[in-house]
Amino acid sequence: MIHCVLHDPDDSVAVVVVEGIKAGTALTGLILDEDRTIELECRQDIPIGHKVALKDMAIGDTVIKYGVDIGKVVQPIRKGEHAHVHNIKTKRW
Amino acid sequence: MKETFLGYRRENGRVGVRNHVIVLPVDDLSNAAAEAVANNIKGTLAIPHPYGRLQFGADLELHFRTLIGTGSNPNVAAVVVIGIEDQWTKKVADGIAATGKPVQGFGIELHGDHDTIMRASKAAREYVQWASELGRSECALRELWVSTKCGESDTTSGCGSNPTVGDAFDKLYAAGCTLVFGETTELTGGEQIVAARCRNDQVRADFMRVFDRYQDVINRHKTSDLSDSQPTKGNIAGGLTTIEEKALGNIQKIGRKCTIDGVLDKAETPTHAGLWFMDSSSAAAEMVTLCAAAGYVVHFFPTGQGNVIGNPVLPVVKICANPRTVRTMSEHVDVDTSGLLQREITMDQAGDKLIDMMFRTANGRLTAAEALGHREFVLTRLYESA
Repeated sequence: MIHCVLHDPDDSVAVVVVEGIKAGTALTGLILDEDRTIELECRQDIPIGHKVALKDMAIGDTVIKYGVDIGKVVQPIRKGEHAHVHNIKTKRW
Repeated sequence: MKETFLGYRRENGRVGVRNHVIVLPVDDLSNAAAEAVANNIKGTLAIPHPYGRLQFGADLELHFRTLIGTGSNPNVAAVVVIGIEDQWTKKVADGIAATGKPVQGFGIELHGDHDTIMRASKAAREYVQWASELGRSECALRELWVSTKCGESDTTSGCGSNPTVGDAFDKLYAAGCTLVFGETTELTGGEQIVAARCRNDQVRADFMRVFDRYQDVINRHKTSDLSDSQPTKGNIAGGLTTIEEKALGNIQKIGRKCTIDGVLDKAETPTHAGLWFMDSSSAAAEMVTLCAAAGYVVHFFPTGQGNVIGNPVLPVVKICANPRTVRTMSEHVDVDTSGLLQREITMDQAGDKLIDMMFRTANGRLTAAEALGHREFVLTRLYESA
């Protein structure tokens, strides 16, 4: 079972692709560009389609997805936590 | 990959995959008469809309270009045009007549609705009986024009449904098809990746000019960082956090190999095969309406959270990789590629699955949106009426 997917091995977040992921679940993540998997533990409940952090990040850090900058961290995020609008913001507009 | 499909070859040589007879109002005032004609004559389709009075300049030109383009689309066999007055009605009818297809225009003034509906119904009846005898013939794949735009996107769009379109676009590009994507604002954060994919410096400069133009519009009118509308509430509910993330998912639709060969204005018809970028809104119905008006005959619409859009003349094929949406909204999904996210199918297989559905759609299979009666027709406005 694949629980989350990421595009690039350097991505700092992955997308949860199954429903009902609870805190404490051991996640298997698929790296789409390399067709290999990684393992991590989920620290929070995360809905399908939402992101899980793959590393600890501090305020001001750049979030990487698709191997590219997708915004900045505005609240500290720990590996395995839910990463979304409450802790990440756009750098545009 | 198959090399032919069964289409309707029109008077100007273009090939359609549907055989609609449409009743096209020039303006909001003519909707009632147009709908009455379509009600009288079975097998015809009225396309009501709210605009067409006191527009001017570029906004009026876009109005005419969109109406004439919709009537000229090869998925349309014949057209009855109805307007409040003769002059603009004739302008739209003459524009469509340039394709060689049957078209007649009817002005309401000096006649009233009753007389107009009677005369227009006679024309519509003749057209629909004539069109019903037109047959499909074998056409080369390169004659198929395919557009794409995604909607109600979520993070599965970027991992699953959008790259499925990208894989199919790479294959159709190599086959010599005419393709288009757009959504100017939704490239924000990925614009340099798009620019790098342009065929040459001229195309790149054209692209950056239209991209920068809309960034200026945002900066002039914004009241926030646009987080209330880009990403949309639906996008955020689906897990998309920033416009950059949404854009990077969006541009998966243009694949990895095909080159952007040119830039089109809204509803502008491309002049040769290849992949085109159309300067356009990211609102689903507006963009798909512009694609139909530009002459595209099949549309690929990837969705994550489940957009239900269709179009009156352009069959919209929905692709979804979100297993929850596939489960809860299955009647809207034509191609399920959720297996990509469990490593059950490869991207190559997902692209082939979409291309197979493209051929079936071109050959006559009704899409989910067609079967459900989705006919969203939304004209893009550039500024307020006079």
